[in-house]
Amino acid sequence: MYVAVKGGEKAIRNAHRLLADRRRGDRSVPALTLAQIAGQLALAVDRVMSEGALYDRDLAALAVKQARGDMIEAIFLVRAYRTTLPRFGYSEPVDTGAMHIERRISATYKDLPGGQMLGPTFDYTHRLLDPELAGDAEVPDAARRQGEPARAMRVSDILAEDGLIEGDGDAATEMPGDITREPMEFPMQRDTRLQSLSRGDEGFLLALAYSTQRGYARSHPFAGEIRIGEVEVAVDMPELGFAVTIGRVQLTECQMINQFKGSSQAPPQFTRGYGLVFGQSERKAMAMALCDRAMRARELGEDIVAPAQDEEFVISHCDNVQASGFVEHLKLPHYVDFQAELELVRTMRAEHESRRDAGETAAEAAE
Amino acid sequence: MTAPESMNEHAQARRHRLSVLAQGDASLLAECWNGLGIDPECELVRGPEIGLVALRGRMGGGGAPFNLGEATATRASVRLADGTTGHAMVLGRDKAKVKLAAVIDALAQDEAMAARLDEAVIAPLQAAIAVRDAGRAAETTATKVDFFTMVRGDD
Repeated sequence: MYVAVKGGEKAIRNAHRLLADRRRGDRSVPALTLAQIAGQLALAVDRVMSEGALYDRDLAALAVKQARGDMIEAIFLVRAYRTTLPRFGYSEPVDTGAMHIERRISATYKDLPGGQMLGPTFDYTHRLLDPELAGDAEVPDAARRQGEPARAMRVSDILAEDGLIEGDGDAATEMPGDITREPMEFPMQRDTRLQSLSRGDEGFLLALAYSTQRGYARSHPFAGEIRIGEVEVAVDMPELGFAVTIGRVQLTECQMINQFKGSSQAPPQFTRGYGLVFGQSERKAMAMALCDRAMRARELGEDIVAPAQDEEFVISHCDNVQASGFVEHLKLPHYVDFQAELELVRTMRAEHESRRDAGETAAEAAE
Repeated sequence: MTAPESMNEHAQARRHRLSVLAQGDASLLAECWNGLGIDPECELVRGPEIGLVALRGRMGGGGAPFNLGEATATRASVRLADGTTGHAMVLGRDKAKVKLAAVIDALAQDEAMAARLDEAVIAPLQAAIAVRDAGRAAETTATKVDFFTMVRGDD
């Protein structure tokens, strides 16, 4: 027998109304504007763009506001929005070498061409809460220094020249895979792995990256280079017969360099892991690069012994929208499932008791 | 972006114009356009419509391409009264800006008009982009580390 149950419409309606009320909070406090969120909570917005896999600052700011600051909920909103839009096409691969640099550091070369530019970083701050920020104290304009080129060659290009570090590989291959178009299949290629990682959950990838450093997959990484800045996006327009720049996006790129003892095919050299994410998201780019390198184990002939090297484990679980969907569905009504399981446990319990009683009777008889 | 050598002068100018229009500030564009005082008759052939462009990166920065994620984009095509068409695509969701860019693209197919538009619209937009970039570059450069060596010990 199956009995359908309906109900809760009014409760749901009022719950959503309560949500809207709580989201707005104290009416005597001015409501947040999207410009405030995009401008002053910029890194939260960047994370929503990165893991929502949709570059649009205003939409991400709206999502942060609507989600009351719940990042994964905001990411979910952005992912849902993107499914409503048609796909115009693919951009040409962005040229991170031509980036308008806002930050660029290398932990491996002190005097690299272009120099070390710290940019707007939390590094070297003392992590002491600043009571001044509780108010609206005036902030001086940024310092300026003229006379230096803003563009800088990539560290990997410097190292590649003497062959001690592996190159970027063949630039011209067939169409890269697209996980938003075709279902994922394992074993995966590096292109779709990178696509998954770039939208993957920062916390999950950070923990896995950390595990590789602690010995779960032999990893001796150096941050060869981290750069943040705007790159131009060009799209081929068939109406015109050529590609035009349609705007710029801010990206964070990380080149991680790892020691490699060599294999039957390759001499000892440095290998690389790569991270590329939307916005200013340095921790995520670094974690992505470490995970990318760990999952190249099969390609480089390394033993797969740690979770971070297991691409099926990492890629299947790094998407926080999928993960929260499956975990959080548990709170939806499972009344019928649970009734069935309850019945099953009762039956097993009764059988267990009757077996025990029978055993006791047999033992008494034997005495 | 550098232009492929095979492109003729007209196509290169068109591409340059569209690239500047895409990267230029929307309110400055509207201001420059209004300053021209022209209001050509035109019909929308397509859009302005909002959609997605899948952005690609390269493995390691210079290797094989991969799909990084998507970005919102808006595109529009217009036809002038004389039948000339213009096209534009810009990241983001500013329909008014994209429509105006398509109109400017169409108008600039006429050589005399192109010169006027380049002077009154494209050049100021480009100058504003250069000023912004130079300002940000100078701010970044101010955070450049100047290493100095400390000599320690006697020998």
